[in-house]
Amino acid sequence: MTHSSKAFYWMAVPALLLFVTLHTIPALTGVFFSLTDYAGYGKWTFVGLENYFSLFKDDRVLSSYSFTFLFAVTTTIIVNVLALAIAMLLNAKIRFQTAFRGIFFIPNVLAILIIGYVFNFIFSNSLPLLGQWAGIEWLSTSILANEDLAWLGIVAVSAWQSIAFSVILYLAGLQTIPADLYEAADLDGAGYWRQFRSITFPMIGAFFTINMVLALKGFLQAFDQIVALTGGGPGTSTESVAMVIFRGGFQGGEYGYQMANSVVYLLVIVAVSVIQLRTLQRKEADF
Amino acid sequence: MTSTTEARATARTVTGRRRPRRGRLSDGVNWPLTALAAVLALTVLIPLYFTVITALKTPDQLGGSGFEWPTRIRPENFSDAWNLTNFPRALLNSAIVTVGAVVLTILSNSLVAYAIARNLHKRFFKFLYYFFVAALFVPFPIIMLPATKETALLGLDNPAGLFLLYTVYGLSFNVFVYTAFIRSIPMELEEAATMDGATTWGIFRRIIFPLLTPMNATVGILTCLWAWNDFLLPLVILSDPAARTLPLAQYVFQSQFNTNYTVAFASYLMALAPLLLVYLFAQRWVISGVMRGSIK
Repeated sequence: MTHSSKAFYWMAVPALLLFVTLHTIPALTGVFFSLTDYAGYGKWTFVGLENYFSLFKDDRVLSSYSFTFLFAVTTTIIVNVLALAIAMLLNAKIRFQTAFRGIFFIPNVLAILIIGYVFNFIFSNSLPLLGQWAGIEWLSTSILANEDLAWLGIVAVSAWQSIAFSVILYLAGLQTIPADLYEAADLDGAGYWRQFRSITFPMIGAFFTINMVLALKGFLQAFDQIVALTGGGPGTSTESVAMVIFRGGFQGGEYGYQMANSVVYLLVIVAVSVIQLRTLQRKEADF
Repeated sequence: MTSTTEARATARTVTGRRRPRRGRLSDGVNWPLTALAAVLALTVLIPLYFTVITALKTPDQLGGSGFEWPTRIRPENFSDAWNLTNFPRALLNSAIVTVGAVVLTILSNSLVAYAIARNLHKRFFKFLYYFFVAALFVPFPIIMLPATKETALLGLDNPAGLFLLYTVYGLSFNVFVYTAFIRSIPMELEEAATMDGATTWGIFRRIIFPLLTPMNATVGILTCLWAWNDFLLPLVILSDPAARTLPLAQYVFQSQFNTNYTVAFASYLMALAPLLLVYLFAQRWVISGVMRGSIK
């Protein structure tokens, strides 16, 4: 081994050891305990795959998955449509461009837990007044206390906070498009929509993919904003998977069981990300 | 992955020179779109306005829609919040965790990425690269139960342990970003330095690390936003109430005094203010840093 290659190992190996200790070993012990009835304390015995079978019969777990997916997919679509629109607006010939860009990025520097508390108050107190004044029935009581509407409040707050980051990524993408493409299209008489479909969107395909993947992966892990807005309620209608793992695992004595849930959740996230990357990248190539 | 020139060109576009824009109104400013942007900006500003005015009010002014300008200001909201959340302590904890995470992440993650980027032809380093990047698919909620037990066992359930965790968990993403950038730096400089007798460590310290400055800024900004605003990791890792970070202090406050709205809002505002102020002054730099991270 040469002197220099020894140095490279000294640079990387300690980090690898730390990573294995703090990330890989917990992951593996987690998988191990998913096969036991461990409560988080005391004795445990092997139960084989029993936890995994029970998961599929557990209404609370199943409903947390359907809520999490409904929420994550809806929010991902809303965030990407709005972020792309705002990015194009900011990239157009408008005045005070830098100032607007600065304002639209603000939500990204704020803690979503605290933003959630602020919106919690607005949803519970200000919006109902507005609803009563305008005579809109569903808005005249707090939407967060309404089992059918509470999830929309969570969508709104998550979108409000996440759009900021997506806008910046889309702006970065838009700035890579050479201006003469549009000039040529203008000369050919292509309309605005046509230019968007044939130039803008294909040219930022990679940014679209990365934004969709990052957003969906992030929203599938939602926790903070739900704690702040509904605490999982009303009932358990807005409990996310992360929240069920947290509550069952730390407070409910379901350590082994919730580890089985975590393993399933991991497989779901990996599968979703891979499918998403595959389909979106194929689309990208099609343009 | 880009070449250095491309990366530089991008950085330039982001920081200063703008590409010539097309406009429907030839050279003029598009005022209708400017107006639209202004209206949309209100969706960001109104909740902030709401937070500020609510923090200033007396409790009896909360009756209306909440958007009314305060008629009487109650500065005690802030002193009450200061005492009830033990604000100076939480601020100090957040600052320790964030500064620790940022400094340690920049110094260590860039070093690891350098070793990987220059040895990707070797099986071990190639494995290391994919190992770290694959962990991007294993988000924290999945390992939080065993990770919490283990950190407690190792005595890491304190602010120092917390910033170590941010540094280690950040490796996945940061190695990915740094490696792409380092591979765009030509080897000639390093070869010349080796001829002159420089060691690998010396080359990293004197040549590579300074060249990484733009990436260090990007990684630093993203780590700072993450460590400062994170809630779940401190919630499960920290055991001592005195070690609470700002978001955690808000959570505890909320569950104990949940009807004391004006004081709560003063407390939110104080928790949001530090990073918001930093952002206001370093806005261009922050945005260009984030943008740079996305172009690889």
